[in-house]
Amino acid sequence: MPINLPLTQVSSQLDSRAISAVELLQACIDRTKAVDSRVGAFNSFDEAAALAQARASDERRAAGKTLGPLDGIPVGLKDIISVKDQPLTASSKMLANYISPYDATVTRKLREAGAVFWGRLNLDEFAMGSSTENSAMGPTNNPYDLARVAGGSSGGSAAAIAAGEVTAALGTDTGGSIRQPASFCNLVGLKPTYGLVSRYGVSAYASSLDQVGPIARTVEDAAIMLSAIAGHDPLDSTSILAEIPDYRAALHQKKGPWRLGVPKEYFGDGLDPEVAAAVQAAINFYKNQGCEIREVSLPHTEYGIAVYYIVATAECSSNMARFDGIRYGHRSTAATDAVDIYSKTRAEGFGEEVKRRIILGTYVLSSGYYDAYYLRAQKVRTLIRQDFIDAYKQVDAIIAPTSPTPAFLKGSHKTPLEAYLGDIYTIGVNMAGLPGLSMPCGFTQTGLPIGVQLIGQPFKEAELLSIAHAYDSAHDWAKRQPNL
Amino acid sequence: MKYEAVIGLEVHIQLKTRTKMFTRAASGYGHEPNTLTDPVVLALPGALPVLNKAAIDQIIRAGLLVNCRIADECRWDRKNYFYPDSPKNYQLTQQFAPICLGGSVEIELPGSARNIMGEHKTIPLNRIHLEEDVGKLNHFATESLVDYNRAGTPLMELVTEPALASGDEAAAFLTILRATMQQGGVSDCDMEKGQMRCDANVSIRPVGSTALGTKVEMKNLNSISYVRDAIEHEIKRQTALVEKGGSVVQETRDYDGLTGVSQSLRTKEDAHDYRYFPDPDLMPVHVSAEWKNSLAATLPERPFDRQRRLMADHNLPYTITSVLIWDKPLADYYDAAVKLAGPDAPALAQPLGNWITNDLLRELGATKATFEEAVAKIPPAHLVALVKLIAAGTLTTNTAKEVFAEMFATGDAPEPIADRKNLKAVPTDANELEQWCRDAIAANAKAAEEFRAGKESAINGLKGPVMKASKGKANPKLVDETLRRLLAE
Repeated sequence: MPINLPLTQVSSQLDSRAISAVELLQACIDRTKAVDSRVGAFNSFDEAAALAQARASDERRAAGKTLGPLDGIPVGLKDIISVKDQPLTASSKMLANYISPYDATVTRKLREAGAVFWGRLNLDEFAMGSSTENSAMGPTNNPYDLARVAGGSSGGSAAAIAAGEVTAALGTDTGGSIRQPASFCNLVGLKPTYGLVSRYGVSAYASSLDQVGPIARTVEDAAIMLSAIAGHDPLDSTSILAEIPDYRAALHQKKGPWRLGVPKEYFGDGLDPEVAAAVQAAINFYKNQGCEIREVSLPHTEYGIAVYYIVATAECSSNMARFDGIRYGHRSTAATDAVDIYSKTRAEGFGEEVKRRIILGTYVLSSGYYDAYYLRAQKVRTLIRQDFIDAYKQVDAIIAPTSPTPAFLKGSHKTPLEAYLGDIYTIGVNMAGLPGLSMPCGFTQTGLPIGVQLIGQPFKEAELLSIAHAYDSAHDWAKRQPNL
Repeated sequence: MKYEAVIGLEVHIQLKTRTKMFTRAASGYGHEPNTLTDPVVLALPGALPVLNKAAIDQIIRAGLLVNCRIADECRWDRKNYFYPDSPKNYQLTQQFAPICLGGSVEIELPGSARNIMGEHKTIPLNRIHLEEDVGKLNHFATESLVDYNRAGTPLMELVTEPALASGDEAAAFLTILRATMQQGGVSDCDMEKGQMRCDANVSIRPVGSTALGTKVEMKNLNSISYVRDAIEHEIKRQTALVEKGGSVVQETRDYDGLTGVSQSLRTKEDAHDYRYFPDPDLMPVHVSAEWKNSLAATLPERPFDRQRRLMADHNLPYTITSVLIWDKPLADYYDAAVKLAGPDAPALAQPLGNWITNDLLRELGATKATFEEAVAKIPPAHLVALVKLIAAGTLTTNTAKEVFAEMFATGDAPEPIADRKNLKAVPTDANELEQWCRDAIAANAKAAEEFRAGKESAINGLKGPVMKASKGKANPKLVDETLRRLLAE
């Protein structure tokens, strides 16, 4: 069964009738039942609904009405993306029993592309975290080393693919939540330009930073997924009106040589030497392909974490306010009046990290502190964006590590700050609204995956994917499977 | 020491739009609870707001009606607070960049008598911004239920400068504001349905002082007379307090219009920190000059402008204009009738005003017909025809009233009715009329003598016999003229 193959190859097997969508899904179901108790990538699944989708896909194929490369492909959705009549827990006790009455726009688009939804995938509660340890459903373990984290917050999405439980998945990325788990799990993860993919139906963490994006085995797989989900959505005012190219076709259109920038601030203290070496090897590959490699500076990088944790928590504190026990979700049975419903429900329903961010965000927006924190952070955010704009006067894309370290041991972050610092290389992309991609570029001596990050220019995903594909198609890191 | 009051108003008005402000769910009143909802209204996880352009159209129109400067760009902010009627627990509003800036409202204070125009004052406005309405809580013995049908309805908040001096001024302000917004189609402003709501900030200060005193916010004032009463009540309360040596505490008070008693709801210490910040889900709105101009072209004449025009152009008395301007359909009917009168307009403008504000309104009141039904029965052209018949002497005031009643009943034009009912004054042979007049003078020598001696009303004693001789159809104007000529001989 092709559970460890890239989407493109699975799709070919479906097209050649080597396998049916039902057989493929059944393989994923069997694999999930066999391994997920150890991996912890799934919050829930609906076999009957998935099988109905798979059967419909087989019928379409039999009738010669296949919808495209995603028709019949088992795709997992991060459990923060709404699927009509399915649970949406956000890995929170707050939404443990919530069923969404509507499809997110990305869900609808994948449905229209014929994808089969397999599983609601684990995450850090409400996408707040970078290890999927902050989940009310329990942590997701890294398939390459179950003692280590899968990354986060889209840890379930990454681990489910790496473990062969789904072929591709959607995650969300607010500060690195697609790219970092992809790098920890030997996968490709793409955070699109802010505004390229609709956020409608995706529970919001930090609205000005959140983007939905694909996680898959190869750059080509990610391109196929992106083509399916990108595009203007009248239900999301921040989604842009633009023609969406066929990203897969675009992979082959222009073959460099590109000018790649290496930001010196991304190679400083705290970068694991094995990661540095693997990333340098990837840079050398591009150099050998005739690309111009240039050092660039992103001088405000050091403020990224501070600014992020002001802007993101401010928005978070407001976005989380709707979880109040009044209309849906958890409601404390101990509550006696409205105010009591709020305080007890939220005390019981939210985990520690979510509460921490709500409190931080409430603080930075408070009267008397707003100017000093929130307004100032927004100004620095503009400077961070300007750093990238300046860099793109010299280069087509930026190449850098995705994470300072490979997957770390569960429980190894003793303070929240330690965890926050791991986002240093991914956060700037969200602050600047840019597209960022992580792809496999090697393994540590102990067998942990390493990712390299490419950062592109706004809405130039086609170019970013082409650059990534040049490397990815010349390497076979993706073939290296975890031992489960 | 003498004290004067300083009052500022915050008026919330629901804008008339088919759908809600940030979603396609319908707006409406009186529906089954929680039927006008969708994921956005209920703030389900993942729901996002999308601006309804019609709400911007309406608030620009509102702003133009009260002389605001329309900002080139307005933005959206979140006002964060927890309350069960607020689905997101934040309200989308325009704290930092409102759409309408400044502005003013012309008010008319009560005159010394009903038929005398009162003093006009101009009340400056601070701003008008757009926000979304919240749901409604219904309290029962052991539980409270919330209905989100109203949640997300576009709501404008108009804030005056602290420039009003009395409950009467506040009432006059709300009365003209309501009429202006109703006539502009911005809102129905039905206060019973909560479509217009008012909070008043009241403070007092020694006469002559320019500093503002500590203000008290009066909330939950759901009719114009409650607003007036609450303000007067609060001015008295504060004055008595200060005169006794006390001082006013900044607080929010609730006024019960039925009992005339107010009580403190919360003091400044309990005030919310709303933690305003720019909403990241919505884009700024840019208002072009073309957009503004196209909306300006849809606005009606404002009531007091119309009053001035009617008085200047047609010499209408206050008693008529002060009826017409509050009722746009009625005033439009008047304008249409005057236009149809053509060259006769100068002579007919005032009688038309009388017929419309007296007879038409009386008939409407008596029959409980709607104005549309009345217009269908008596289109302006028919009323003009009737008034022309009177002016020509073909109908007397009395016969005209009979014709009018028949017009209202049947929808027929006046002339066929007058013919049918044989009510027309008959064009009389001048010789015959003169003979009747001479006979009347001869038979009533005493009345003739009195008239000649200067008793004007004595002529009526001569008209009766003439009309009797003509079987009621002599042209009254000609009878009058002929009698006067003969009596002067």
